[in-house]
Parts: sequence; C-alpha cells; structure tokens
Amino acid sequence: MTKGERLATWIVVGGPIAVFSVWALADNPRLYLITMLNSLTLASLYFIVASGFTLVFGLMRNVNLAHGSLYLLGGYVGYIVARETGWWIVALAAGFLAAAIAGLLIQVLILRRMQGQDLRQTLVTIGLSIVIADVLLWTFTGQVYQMEAPEWLQGPIRGIPVIKAYSAYRLSLLGFGLAIGLFLWWLLNRTKVGTMIRAGVDDRAMLAAAGINVNLVFAITFMLGSGLAGLGGVIGAVELSMVPGEDTRLLLASLIVVIVGGMGSVVGAAIGAAILGLAETYGLAYAPTYSVVFTFVILIAVLAFRPRGIMGRPA
Amino acid sequence: MTAAKWRRAMNTGLPGAVPRALPRALPSTGGRTAFAAPRPALDPDSDGSAPRWLKFLRRTLSPRHVLVLAFVLLLPIVVSPFVLYQVASQALIFGLIGLSLTFLAGYGGMVSLAQMSVAGMAGYAVAVLGASGTATSLGWPWGVVVPVALVVAVLGSTLIGWLSVRTDGIYTIMITLAIGVAFYYLVLQNYTVFNGFQGFQKVYPPEVFGIDWRSPLPFYFLCLFWAMAGYFFIQWLVRTPFGIVLQGTRDNARRMNSLGYNVTAHRVAAYAVSGLLAGVGGVLLVWYNGLITPGSVGTGWLINLLVIAVLGGMKHPIGAFLGAIVFILLQTFAIDLIDRERFNLVIGGVFLAIVLFSPDGLLGLWAKLRMRFGPSQVLTSTTRRHP
Repeated sequence: MTKGERLATWIVVGGPIAVFSVWALADNPRLYLITMLNSLTLASLYFIVASGFTLVFGLMRNVNLAHGSLYLLGGYVGYIVARETGWWIVALAAGFLAAAIAGLLIQVLILRRMQGQDLRQTLVTIGLSIVIADVLLWTFTGQVYQMEAPEWLQGPIRGIPVIKAYSAYRLSLLGFGLAIGLFLWWLLNRTKVGTMIRAGVDDRAMLAAAGINVNLVFAITFMLGSGLAGLGGVIGAVELSMVPGEDTRLLLASLIVVIVGGMGSVVGAAIGAAILGLAETYGLAYAPTYSVVFTFVILIAVLAFRPRGIMGRPA
Repeated sequence: MTAAKWRRAMNTGLPGAVPRALPRALPSTGGRTAFAAPRPALDPDSDGSAPRWLKFLRRTLSPRHVLVLAFVLLLPIVVSPFVLYQVASQALIFGLIGLSLTFLAGYGGMVSLAQMSVAGMAGYAVAVLGASGTATSLGWPWGVVVPVALVVAVLGSTLIGWLSVRTDGIYTIMITLAIGVAFYYLVLQNYTVFNGFQGFQKVYPPEVFGIDWRSPLPFYFLCLFWAMAGYFFIQWLVRTPFGIVLQGTRDNARRMNSLGYNVTAHRVAAYAVSGLLAGVGGVLLVWYNGLITPGSVGTGWLINLLVIAVLGGMKHPIGAFLGAIVFILLQTFAIDLIDRERFNLVIGGVFLAIVLFSPDGLLGLWAKLRMRFGPSQVLTSTTRRHP
C-alpha cells in the first residue's frame, strides 16, 4: 500500500465517522459518550472471548466452532460456584478451569487423532457444539440466569462530567480486557511457552524438528484458548445473561472479530473487537433496525479489500 | 490426456479446448486420478448412430436406477399420506437443498454453511412478494413470484460466493457461517420487510391445472420431480467442461490457474448454480411448511443442512438425499424412543460418530462394506480424501 492509498483509505473510512462524531457530539454529547463507553466495554468482552479463538486458530489452523459452547459452559459453572461460595473471583477461576479442562479433553481425545485434517476437525467441533449446547440445555433448562456483580462493583459511579453516572461493573470490563490483553502480550512475547507458540504459528514442522513437544504446546494453547472463552462466560453472565442461544451469539461475534481483525493475531482480535463493539452499539443506539447490517457491511468491506483481515498475513 | 494435448490447449489459449475432450474419457465422476492417470476413451456408444441424449442415458442408467425409480413412484401406494408428506416430501426437499451443498463442497471444495440462508432468501421472497397471512405481503401471482424468488436466491448465492471465494478451506466455513447468522439476525430484527420474529404464515402453493398442490400426493410428485431434476442436472453438470474444471480447481487451484483457467470465476459460478438448487428447495420448503420464520434460517438449520450433507457423504449427489432421508426419519421417529427435547443430542451424536469414524458418510460406509464383502470394484468415487 502506497502512502497515497493509505491516506485515501483514512479519508474514506475516517471522514464519515468524523462527520458523524461531530454531529452526534453537538446533538447529544451524553448519548454519544455513553454509547462510546458501552461499545468499548462490549468490545472488551468480545476481545476476551475472541482472543482465545484466534490463539487456537493461529497455532493449530483449527476453527473451534465449539468455542461458543465453552463460553456458555464457563458461564454456567461460574454461576453455580458463585451461588455456592459467594465469591465472584472464585467463580471466575472456576469458569476458566471448567472450560479449559473441557477444551483439553476435546484436544487430547478427539482433535489430536485427526491432526492436519482442518476440515474434519472443524466438522467435529460443529458436532461437539450441538451436543454440548443440548447437554447444557438439558441440565440448566431454558431458564435465563443472571449473575450478580460482586459487591465492590455494584452500583453506578457518579460524578463523571457529562455522562454523570456509569455502571461500575461495565467500566471494570475495560480493565479486564486490558489486563487480559497485557497478559497475552506478556505470555506470547516474554515467556518460553509464548516463544514456542509464536514459532508454532510460523512453522509447525520446524518447531517439532527443533525438539519441542508440539503436542504439549498444542494442548497448552487449546487449554488457554478454551479457558479464555470460559472466563468470558463468567464475565458475560453478569453483563449480558445466560440463556441457550448466547453461545451462537458469542461464536458469531468471535468469528466476525477474527475475520475482520485477521486470524491468528491477538492485536487483530483487539482491533476487530473494537470495530465490532463500536458498530453494534452505535448501530443499536442510532439506527436500531439496521445494527446487524452495519456489522455485515463492515465484514464485506474488510473482506473485499483485505481478504485475510486487517492484521492478517498470508498463511 | 497426453502431455502434447495439454500443451496444445495451453498454446491455443482457449480454456474450453481441453475439457471438451475430457468427459468422453471419464466414465466415473472424474477427479484427481482422472488428471493424473487418464483412462483410454472406451466408449461403447461411439459408433455415432444413436442420438447424443440416448447415448448419455445408456451410459448413465443402470439397474439400480430403475429400482430406485420404481420405488419412489410406487411409494404413494404403499405408505400413508402422513408419511408421504411428512417424511418423503420433506426428505426430498432437504435432499435438494443438501444437494446444493454437496455440489459446492464435494465438487467445488467449498463448504458453505449459508446454503440454508440462500434457500431462506427464496422462501422469504415467495412470502414477501406472494400471498400470505400477513398484510405486508404484496400478493403477486405465483408465475411472477417463483421466478423472482429463484433470481433472488441465485443473486444472493453469487454475492455470498463472491465474498467467500476470496478465501479458502476453513475460512469459507467461518465466513459463510457469519453471513448465514447475519441473515438470520436481519430477518429477525427487521419488521418493515421481513415481519421480524413472526415471519410469514399461510404461504401456500397455488392451485394450478385444477390440482391442489398442497395435498400430499401432488406435493410429493412436485418435490420428486424437482429433486430428480436437480439430481440429474448435477450428474450432467459435473461431466461438462465446467464441472471438470471445477473439480480441477478443488484438487489443485494453483495448477488450474496456471493452465489459464479463471479459478475465481468458476467458483463463483458454482455458487450461482448451487443458489439455483437451494432456491428451488427453498420455494418448496416454504410451501411445505406453509410458513417462514427467522427460525427456518437460524443457526440450527444452517448446521442441520451440513449434517445432512455430511451424513450421506459428499462424494456423490445421491449422498444428500440419503442423508436427508436418515435425518428426517430420525427427526420424525426418534421422538417415539427418546424425549422430544433431546433430538439435538441424537443428531449431534450421529453426526459426531459419522465424522469420527466414517468421514465419507453413509456412502463411505457402503463403499467400505463393498470393499470387504463384495466383489472387488472401484470405490464410489475417485475424489478427495476429506469430506
């Protein structure tokens, strides 16, 4: 991309957004800013779930379509643990662990047996998602579960200029997103496991030839990725609510995030999540009927000009 | 095909030149081995006396075709109208929609999850433009509505294809799934055109030639006619130059590209063809159900269609119909054995078992059995390893 093209892209994409922002700020600054916060907090949740998805995909070329089901599993387990113990932090850990163990089982028992057959692995995860979703429906029925936020995050924060008050829990989501983003950056760039994972993304065969136990790296990555889905489930159980069908919604969100952001890239997942969160929330606030269409238009635009996503590299 | 022929074809720069010679040389459905080790043109009908279509029929038909034809024609006498309508007609419709996916995935190597959405587009077009119980329907005559619905399906499918062929393999699954779910949310949230959650009720087939096409017997034959038309159309299409090139792009896109074929154009065209099949299936489906709601194009059905195609096996067009029959039988009669609510568990389990143990579906199972017990024969197809 030349300098001129880049400038043109910025003007074509940024121009309308800037015009809209100026108009919306002048029209109703409070609505605009609250929507901004809402979209960024939603984006954090999307990022947490989708980063696990993209991590698994980047290393194993394996689209785990049971990711949404693992999200729901983590949410339900977190709900039960929080109800029994009363500790939200414990629930977070439990949700992460439950999904991580489920992911580990899927990887070791099933996916490992068909390594290298991308399409078959994907089909298997589709089958698994049907089965897991139905077992969860069986166990927890179709009832809507709503988790309580921990006490220290309940209620609004008051006294913010212009916005006046904003939910403390929603704001904390931003912190969660940032923390997990930083953690992933640290893990991937500053630890030995991270080095192995990055090497595996670039060249699996070479990593194995270098004497690394690739199966172990795969298992760890799959656990981490699934665990992030479960963690997202517990966080989302407070923010959204848990009901059969949420798995599909989060799976779709993860898909769009990684398609837009570029598959296998954590930075791409952050960018994709931000774009999806902004588009969805602003769409809902300013043009409710067509919010899905916005998402779709973004998907089409990105695919038309960057088929491998914003941060994607040719495989 | 000799190397000299390839070279000549490349030098002339006419992509059509090569495959026109190929179908004669391919008695089976063609595929990888056909390109690697072509068989000599052993055509018993090459005397040139019979007309071409008769030669084609003689080459294609075999005793088992006659057997199946007799079975489907005599079925209405044997079974009750309930089974005829609820099981047979439904299986034929889903077989037809599944066939569009089998064509894309088995012959084009593109697993699209949005085929049910394409069928839904045709169904919604019929409901929105034709007559229904909802006031917003325009009530146009069926002679206009049905062609328009098919055009809508073909255009929709072409658009999906144009978007998704830029990527390949598993990316296609992700993108088509995203598109399919986006279409679901669009019809769910839009009330002005698609009537939101309610959808459209009372969408019935028209009365033509004084026959009520809604009653089980005529509707069965309507479905049978279009299912067979779709089946033989695909059977014919995969032997045409276009079909051969499509299979070439599936096996080795880069090689076909360097031979001078426009891979993207062939793939998008395959999407258009599959859109036509899915569109016909979608029109029949909306008539069958008498209604269309967002639930008809929800994730569940997107995946169910994949289940149908994979269950039967994607190496041969008949697989889609086999899969549909098994699926509908399970759906209709499994609730007698287990709790109605647990159908997803059963179908998910069956799907898992098939993918885990017989990647080529029921057709693969059949081929394996024949390998073990029957006289040694060629496998059902010489195509790819993965579903």
